[in-house]
Amino acid sequence: MAIITKSYEPTFWDRLYFPALIKGLMVTLRYFFKRKVTIQYPDEKYVPPDGYRGLHRLNKYPDGRIRCVACEMCSAACPADCIYIVPGPAPWEGGKERYPVKFDIDLLKCIFCGFCEMACPEEAIELTEIYDFSAYSREDLLIDREGLLEVYELTKNQNYYSRTDKSKKPAT
Amino acid sequence: MDFLGFIIILVKVLVVFAATMLTVLILIYAERRVSAFMQGRLGPNRVGPKGILQPIADGIKFLMKEEFIPAGVDKPIFILAPAILLIPALMTFAVIPFGSSITILGREIALQVADVNVGILYILALTSIGVYGIVLAGWSSNSKYSLLGGLRSSAQLISYELAMGLAVVSIILLSGSLKLNDIIADQQGYFLSWNVFKQPLAFVIFLVAVYAETNRLPFDLSEAEQELVGGYHTEYSSMKFAMFFMAEYANMITAAALTVTLFFGGWDFPLINETMLGNWGTALSVLAFILKMGFFLFLFIWVRWTFPRFRYDQLMKLGWKVMLPTALFNIFVTAGYLTIKSVV
Repeated sequence: MAIITKSYEPTFWDRLYFPALIKGLMVTLRYFFKRKVTIQYPDEKYVPPDGYRGLHRLNKYPDGRIRCVACEMCSAACPADCIYIVPGPAPWEGGKERYPVKFDIDLLKCIFCGFCEMACPEEAIELTEIYDFSAYSREDLLIDREGLLEVYELTKNQNYYSRTDKSKKPAT
Repeated sequence: MDFLGFIIILVKVLVVFAATMLTVLILIYAERRVSAFMQGRLGPNRVGPKGILQPIADGIKFLMKEEFIPAGVDKPIFILAPAILLIPALMTFAVIPFGSSITILGREIALQVADVNVGILYILALTSIGVYGIVLAGWSSNSKYSLLGGLRSSAQLISYELAMGLAVVSIILLSGSLKLNDIIADQQGYFLSWNVFKQPLAFVIFLVAVYAETNRLPFDLSEAEQELVGGYHTEYSSMKFAMFFMAEYANMITAAALTVTLFFGGWDFPLINETMLGNWGTALSVLAFILKMGFFLFLFIWVRWTFPRFRYDQLMKLGWKVMLPTALFNIFVTAGYLTIKSVV
């Protein structure tokens, strides 16, 4: 086995140190004038990129019916077992016959993997870009059906953080 | 001394003291902001416009904190140590001229608290006393980290004070006086008559030694928060810690002022004769002094966030094997030049 050794004899110029020191000072000075990376969080919010997996939502049809048919594919796909669904007969005439009576997601259990949205045959459950949801109790982080529908209302037309129109973006 | 003279001295003392403390506050703010900027952050910007009131908030926080004296400390020395460090740091500024003389009501007032004829000796003596504060704080704390910090500080002192003193000696050789006013007068005139250009080697040695003297990075071995928790002030809290903190900044101010006085012509504004312009010239000279000092204070912070800390043995090696011989060589050359000049 060959051992590669690299030896470096410092020249007199190197041993003076001052050229290197000045070079170092210039690096920090450059950073002094550079644009700062800080996002001053509550005042300005980080806008996540497309495809970010944040808080869930339950989609609706334009006429207001819930897309979900309570097939429980999502809860079966969920690796963290955080989706609890109680199916029931849909209250509205026509269209789908089943709908979720109860649709709870335990956000503390959820790992935000996005398997639920992939498993969903109706494109009913989706992950939004919302990342700053926090609460003072465990109960508050158990989001129910109404809560998920509310998230849909918040995010259906525009990006929650940048307030840009979502409809202009190509559907993925 | 007449009564008016007494009042003038009193006013000067108050002005210098207030200015030093104000600069300490500005420095605390500047240090946090500049360090943040150099790391791509914003730093404190919430308290007051642009965060300018942050040092006051810090001060209030220090005052409100619990004053805790650990068991097993040598109490009298433990309490005395911060004062030993802070008082000389504030006293040093007394001999530094921060402007040419001002004329009010036909009376000429020198902008300097005390014109001591051994000004440089006074400064060197006082800065050496300051180190005792660190050593005693480390020793009296009865903590291994503090002790190591104090020990390192004393080792640092002996390896740097010599080189620093010798660098100053070459300046004294040029001016032929220990009085700071004479040293400034010696540098008056053209830009190139400043001592940096006459004594570049002494300037470099002095600058490096001053960083060791003020316990600033890259020579903050006595503090070394990564290895020694907090170094000599590990066991201190509340206002006593704040006193160490203030002393560090006060030392920086004096060090910057001394560097300006010895090597950058003091209050000399390049290419302008201040004494000809009356009181406007004085204002100009004070401005020049503040600007020069500000640059060196910025350099202190700038260097802190650029260079890593020296190892213990590297510091000793640099002090004894590089700086001391270079300083001696510099004195030899300067003295030789002066001798030849006086003979020829």
